[in-house]
Amino acid sequence: MSSRGLEGARERRVRTDGVELCVAELGDAANPTVVLLHGYPDSKEVWSEVAERLRDRFHVVLYDVRGHGRSTAPEPLRGGFTLEKLTDDFLAVADAVSPDAPVHLVGHDWGSVQGWEFVTVGRTQRRIASFTSISGPSLDHFGHWIKERMARPTPRRAAQLLGQGAKSWYVYALHTPRLPEAFWRGPLAKQWPKVLARSEKLPPGRYPTNSLPEDAAHGAWLYRDNVRARMRRPRSDAYAHVPVQLITPTGDAYLSQRLYDDLDRWAPQLVRRTLPAKHWVPRSRPDQLAAWITEFVTARHEGGESGPARLPMGTGPYAEWFAGRLVLVTGAAGGIGRATAFAFAEAGARVIAVDRDADGAARTAELARLVGAPEAWSECCDVSDGQAMEQLAAKVAAERGVVDVLVNNAGIGLAGAFLDTSVEDWRAVLDVNLWGVIHGCRTFGRQMAERGQGGHIVNTASAAAFQPSKSLSAYSTSKAAVLMLSECLRAELASRGIKVTAICPGIVNTGITGTARFVGVPEGEQRRRRLKAARLYGKRGYPPEKVAEAVLRAVVEDRAVVPVTPEAHGLRLMSRFTPRLRRGLARLDPPL
Amino acid sequence: MASGVTDEAELRGFRVVQQLAYECAEAVAAQLGPGVTEREAARMQREWLRRRGVRDWFHLPFAWFGDRTAFTGFRVPLQFFPTDRRLEPGMPFVLDMAPVHRGFTADIGYTGALGPNPLLERLLADLEAHRDLVLREVRKRRPLREIYEDVERLMVRQGYVNRHRAYPFGVIAHKVHRVKERRLAPQLFGFGTQALKGLASDALHGHREGWSPLWSPYRFSDHPPRPGLWAVEPHLGFRGTGAKFEELLVVTDSRDPEESAFWLDDDLPHVRRWREERAAV
Repeated sequence: MSSRGLEGARERRVRTDGVELCVAELGDAANPTVVLLHGYPDSKEVWSEVAERLRDRFHVVLYDVRGHGRSTAPEPLRGGFTLEKLTDDFLAVADAVSPDAPVHLVGHDWGSVQGWEFVTVGRTQRRIASFTSISGPSLDHFGHWIKERMARPTPRRAAQLLGQGAKSWYVYALHTPRLPEAFWRGPLAKQWPKVLARSEKLPPGRYPTNSLPEDAAHGAWLYRDNVRARMRRPRSDAYAHVPVQLITPTGDAYLSQRLYDDLDRWAPQLVRRTLPAKHWVPRSRPDQLAAWITEFVTARHEGGESGPARLPMGTGPYAEWFAGRLVLVTGAAGGIGRATAFAFAEAGARVIAVDRDADGAARTAELARLVGAPEAWSECCDVSDGQAMEQLAAKVAAERGVVDVLVNNAGIGLAGAFLDTSVEDWRAVLDVNLWGVIHGCRTFGRQMAERGQGGHIVNTASAAAFQPSKSLSAYSTSKAAVLMLSECLRAELASRGIKVTAICPGIVNTGITGTARFVGVPEGEQRRRRLKAARLYGKRGYPPEKVAEAVLRAVVEDRAVVPVTPEAHGLRLMSRFTPRLRRGLARLDPPL
Repeated sequence: MASGVTDEAELRGFRVVQQLAYECAEAVAAQLGPGVTEREAARMQREWLRRRGVRDWFHLPFAWFGDRTAFTGFRVPLQFFPTDRRLEPGMPFVLDMAPVHRGFTADIGYTGALGPNPLLERLLADLEAHRDLVLREVRKRRPLREIYEDVERLMVRQGYVNRHRAYPFGVIAHKVHRVKERRLAPQLFGFGTQALKGLASDALHGHREGWSPLWSPYRFSDHPPRPGLWAVEPHLGFRGTGAKFEELLVVTDSRDPEESAFWLDDDLPHVRRWREERAAV
């Protein structure tokens, strides 16, 4: 019989220490074994989406922790859930499903808490090859974390302590005798799916399972049997003996990100990954989890005993955010687009460089690979062509997957008086600067929304979006529209977990001056002005690399509007507080 | 002044010292290993050349390792001087030296990496286009400032950043001369006083006649190439990796385009490298 939500799973029962564990297996047993361990209040079905994505490459093993799902509970309950006994269970399962080779362990929530115990005790050595920890700290590390902050409560550390103390309210509640059980078996279990849907924004599905009331009631003993003991006397030898991948969701309502600040001390071979999501990532972000688990396990597996064969993807402070993610940048053959593509590539992202200049885009992709992107491709596409963009989106979705970060950057410049600007000029500017962004959001944004696993859209607006100018009417109009579009989209897509950012760079030394059109002047004067503008921008000398850095930071910090250069900041402030001065500035002649 | 160099014997003298400097670079590069500091690498160059009779310098040898090859975070010229940065496997390095030998000056730049570095290899391969571009445009007698901008445009098109802009006055090249051999050859901020004297006198002449011994992006370089020897040093940067070559370009006042400008020597490590790569393809 197969478990609900785990179609085609082979089931077996493993007896150990008076309990019977329900173990499900998927995929070819000859492949490396990945053990997925669920948390509280869950059963192994919490992993169904991730397991589905891993089964082709790995021998995926899931089991219900004692007292949960279809595993039996120990008698008596008190004292039956200690980490020592849970370690016995894990070893029994590991010996049953993979007697010869060590297994790769992945834990979420209490599964991860258990996992930390397994990888820090001696008797599991050579039974575990790697550990991926999601939203579950080691109780011992946690204990030391609290003790250190109590011993020296600087304001920052005290705030960290209080913050996590507030997030742990349910832990105190679960220590009340009997009441939690009664509550779970009564009204809470019925309401729980709704609570999850509302607070965690989980997609509807066959989760949680029917065993929830008993899982939650029995699981309370996980806390009661372990938390107080470990908080009082945390082990001082809790060092991980395997490589650890730590996946931290930033929006976790139960665990502060600060808990992992000292983790490098305990886990010498640590790889950090961060994603903007809430606590139940195995349900809300299965694609990303499966990708990171696959990458980590494969690297470890190829390396054998000596350590990872390949270096972890990405370098620099943003690697934990973007390693392995799919990023598409338009206008990537030069300037800000190209620099942004490189910055993402350096952080280990998979990059798609889009531009109508095919050679330039190809060059960007080539250098992106050299600078650290595990994969990079170039696509020739005119963003102003709606049909072409739709074809591109379909092609990207089919060949590379759904884009995680979309950077709508392609833009052209146009300067000159409004009365000299022809209809064609207007069309050209709006087609690229505005319609290009609309097409990007329409096609790739829709894919993000349909996948339902979040994403981020970055639109390149301009400081001209909030500073009017007598000689930039068309350009400023297009960019102001992009700014407003971004703000509206941000509001609309927030409920789907998709973030939208508008970047307003300011005067940046890019090739836009070389291709900009100056209307109302003869050809020779046009050339002269381009050269003059290019020299002026060169003299200002603000490098596109800094804008790229601002793009990455904006995605990480989820900012709505990001002015980049000092003048962009100044103009933004001016537009808010001194609008008349700003209008006066708009009447000045540009120095060309 | 050595402004109209056409004398074959004189060119031979420059060629000899340029070969000597590149020999030094290759010898020192071969000795670099993990843990060697920039200071040590600079001293190795200095001693190698002193043993072969170099007593005076256009400038003392420099060595840059890691992201210092791209002049990351350079704000003041003092940062060009060698530091205690240690070489690590995979790191790029640049050796830059300008010895004066028997009165002839060379100024060369040599880029390499400790072990394989595919990114640096890409940069080095892409430098070839700049060597061709500079020669082609100089033969056309285009203003130096415009050539400078064309080189920069090519760098941007290639995806790189112009890092010679970090040099004093942002120069891509400067003139070099024969200098008088003196018993004492003092230096000022790492530059030989004799060489500085030559530059200063050129600058003075140039100022009167409307040209400059410094090939920069500024208005004072808005003139056709001036006959003489130019040490040309395009320097590419890409996210913490830099690559350059530096060698002498001979500019004459001949009307024949082939004769009007030519690289002093085509038998240099980077040129040989490109030839070999092409042969391999």
